[in-house]
Amino acid sequence: MDLLLIKEGFPLLTFLIFLPLAGAVVLLLYQGEKFARLWTLAITSVTALFSLLLIIGFDRSTPKYQFAEVYDWIPRFDISYIVGIDGISILLVVLTTLIMPFCVLASWKYIKTRVALFMFCLLIMEMAMIGVFVALDFILFFIFWEFMLIPMYLLIAIWGGPRKVYASIKFFIYTLAGSVLLLVAIIALYLQTGSFFIPDMMWQSYTTIFQVLVFLAFFLAFAIKVPMFPFHTWLPAAHVEAPTAGSVLLASILLKMGTYGMLRFCLPITPEATLLLATPILWLSIAGILYGGFTALAQQDMKKLIAYSSVGHMGFVTLGIFVLNSRGLEGAILQMINHGVTTGALFLCVGMIYERIHSRELSLAAGLGKYMPWMATFLVVFSLAAFGFPGTNAFISELLVLAGAFEYSIVLALAAIPGAVLAAAYMLRMLQKVVWGGVNNPDQSNLTDLTVREIVILTPFLIFVFWIGLGPQPFIDLMHTSVQHLLEQFHGWHDQHQVTATLWR
Amino acid sequence: MEAVSTTHTVKSFYLLLAVLIPLVGSLVVMTQKNRPNLRELVSSCSSVLLFLVVLSFIPALKAGQTLVFPIFQLLPGLSITLRADGFSMIFALVASSLWVIAVFYSMGYMRAHDEPCQTRFNACFALAIFGAIGVAFADNLLTLYLFYEIVSVCTYPLVAHHQDKESYDGARKYIVYLTTTAKLFLLPALILIYVLVGNLDFPHTISTGILPADTADWLVIMLYFFCLFGFAKNGIMPFHHWLPSAMVAPTPVSALLHAVAVVKVGVFCTTRVMLYVFGVEIMTDLNLGIFTAYFVGFTIIMASIIALSKDNLKARLAYSTVSQLSYIILGVALLTPAAIEGGLIHIVNHAFAKITLFFCAGAIYIAAHKKYISEMSGLGRIMPFTFGAFAVASLSMIGVPPVAGFVSKWYLLVGSMDAHQVGILVILIVSTVLNVGYFAPVTYKAFFGKRPPGETETGIREAPLSMLIPLLIAVTVSVIIGIFPNFMMQFVRMVTG
Repeated sequence: MDLLLIKEGFPLLTFLIFLPLAGAVVLLLYQGEKFARLWTLAITSVTALFSLLLIIGFDRSTPKYQFAEVYDWIPRFDISYIVGIDGISILLVVLTTLIMPFCVLASWKYIKTRVALFMFCLLIMEMAMIGVFVALDFILFFIFWEFMLIPMYLLIAIWGGPRKVYASIKFFIYTLAGSVLLLVAIIALYLQTGSFFIPDMMWQSYTTIFQVLVFLAFFLAFAIKVPMFPFHTWLPAAHVEAPTAGSVLLASILLKMGTYGMLRFCLPITPEATLLLATPILWLSIAGILYGGFTALAQQDMKKLIAYSSVGHMGFVTLGIFVLNSRGLEGAILQMINHGVTTGALFLCVGMIYERIHSRELSLAAGLGKYMPWMATFLVVFSLAAFGFPGTNAFISELLVLAGAFEYSIVLALAAIPGAVLAAAYMLRMLQKVVWGGVNNPDQSNLTDLTVREIVILTPFLIFVFWIGLGPQPFIDLMHTSVQHLLEQFHGWHDQHQVTATLWR
Repeated sequence: MEAVSTTHTVKSFYLLLAVLIPLVGSLVVMTQKNRPNLRELVSSCSSVLLFLVVLSFIPALKAGQTLVFPIFQLLPGLSITLRADGFSMIFALVASSLWVIAVFYSMGYMRAHDEPCQTRFNACFALAIFGAIGVAFADNLLTLYLFYEIVSVCTYPLVAHHQDKESYDGARKYIVYLTTTAKLFLLPALILIYVLVGNLDFPHTISTGILPADTADWLVIMLYFFCLFGFAKNGIMPFHHWLPSAMVAPTPVSALLHAVAVVKVGVFCTTRVMLYVFGVEIMTDLNLGIFTAYFVGFTIIMASIIALSKDNLKARLAYSTVSQLSYIILGVALLTPAAIEGGLIHIVNHAFAKITLFFCAGAIYIAAHKKYISEMSGLGRIMPFTFGAFAVASLSMIGVPPVAGFVSKWYLLVGSMDAHQVGILVILIVSTVLNVGYFAPVTYKAFFGKRPPGETETGIREAPLSMLIPLLIAVTVSVIIGIFPNFMMQFVRMVTG
């Protein structure tokens, strides 16, 4: 257990996990609409504030798991309650806690029916999402992983759009199918190592065939979650039908769990298989980047457009992970955060437009920039950020990922470049339509511009767009030691085992 | 110029100020929607202020200093930093001084024409200058790229200003060409250079560039062409189509942006990268310079021929711009000191002459509502000042002394002889003849032609003074820098050393 820096005194991570749960339990007892809104806002805000303590107390010089807590849980089966964070997970935890209050605010007027239940689902989601990022025991991880499924299903199935049943079932089946294999892989690893403690499973000398099988089971589960092309088809359906808060959670947090899983499990637990299968996965990422770009370019529905753009953006994340160098990995983690910020913000914008024109059709939203200058301003910034305009957050992460890809192979990196062009194309197309429109715009003169509440929701996203875009170093410092450690271990493992895993190169 | 060898860098806050003035000006303009006079006052004050700040750099540069100001440190080796050296002053002086003139001209034009959305127009105009000044003062490739993209995005509303089908189509073409080439070519080049070198900072001399000596030849060549085509604002064929279609914009936009700011941003970036990223030695070793010279020679000739066939005055000027921009790149690509000087000084000379020509086109349109050259015969006798200025500016384009264009052409010719390139000499001469071919008839018909049948002369007179004065100032400057070229040449010589 020397990998853990045990947190003495106040159990911060446990508090972050169980405060939302406690809040949810209270909502079961008292269900007033107004109370539900305010209460959930309060709970999520307190969680967000406390999560900042993680940043303050985080030791950037060690790759160990910090703020760790260890309690026995079911000793008979070697299952324990172990939580801790390192440079790979800290930003994701904080992103989750910070985004939650804005999801509540975005649902303030949007959700009119069964408010208490909606807020209950949000709080359960928050607990499970934080849990996934901090769990260091595989069973604990799996429980949190599965825990998200039901509330997310309900968010889509109850408060979703016209095709909510189809979308929610599809989401459920896809994710569940992936999880089953994940469970099989977990048990197989337990039988090999006799422990569910995740770091115990890392850097072991499993046989090649075992590694490949475990890797594939992991990969399928995570690739569905990311979603990587060709496992992405559940995503546009779910995004389009989900309420705004659901879309934001899906895009900003849930998708990141797939790539987080790849970083946390695939690389350290199955290093040989990772190297063996890196090349096809890299090309799959390129396919996703291009496919997402082309498909987004053809969409008439704004939510679908952003959903497909997510497929492309997440392709950059997997590209960064599997080039296996420090620029690539740091770029990938930063891209996860950036995608969470910009895509979350874009979904919020589309939600605000939807509340006014009751449609997500681009043609019906045409030309509203003239009557909603504030909305236009925010939309311009977020769209530019989404396609990696220099000075915004996504530029830094895409630059790092592409730099990592260029170090790996020039051909590979050049193949990803059209993805950047497509991103500019579909984002500018949307921007042009919404802000300017054409000669025959629908009459938008009855629209009101953003309210103070909405500006308050969007402003923090704007701050992060420019903060990460112009001063990314503090964010990279948080992850740097852990990423370096991961890579050293990875290459050290390969030197030690002398594997001939250059088959695909 | 012995001071150049003892160059030392000095941190100067005024650089940041220079970039912020147009930005803040633009933001203030946006808030003054209902007070047109105050709005225009803000525009003109910021333009004058900017010009003064840029002028204030001259003594330090003459003393052999290079001014720098780091703004943001992004990653190790990646920063947003400003720098003023001789090279940046060439463009900064042109852009800031012409903004002053153009603000007054566009005030006259937009009001005489009663254009809609003048607030948006003024704000975006200032933002475009913000981008152009940023490009001029960029200290590294990243900063250059950042401001290059800002210019692309901020000029979209200007091109689409009329919001009819024609302007939407033109603006779409404009933005598609510029962002696609930037993303497709420039972005990978920038990242690859960052991977190879570890930073993107421009050195202080033009000889060596920044690429490591052991870089493979094919990689250098690939990077070079990525940069050449990535800056599509430079109007090199085959990526020049955006320029003629951007002429749907109001004439002041065409004048400042598509004769000066936008296209010169393209040319400035291209030459900056040629000299300061690749460097004279690598360009010579790999014969990239000579290839580029002939490559853009094709653009010079073809664009002139197309210009001959255009009857729309603004379209003819647009193709003339395409052709003249390549003069600048051709000069720098020849890599001999005289040719580089000729190319760079042409940034200035072309700017003043071309803005005069566009101002004239706008004045003719406002006064007589004529767009086509065939309809303009005889107008010169009614609008002698406008057409007189047009004639002088044409002479500059052709390269007749004492107007400024002669200076550039002289250096270009000397430079191509230094480089022993007879082919380039021929291209320059043929192009001069073609220049005469498409400029001379305009003036000739205006002064000596008959008014077309059915046209009456009543009601046509010179454009308002707010347009005529800027136009005459621009043409006067053209003559002055033709007679006294040394003021601008001193900055050019700082580059060649």
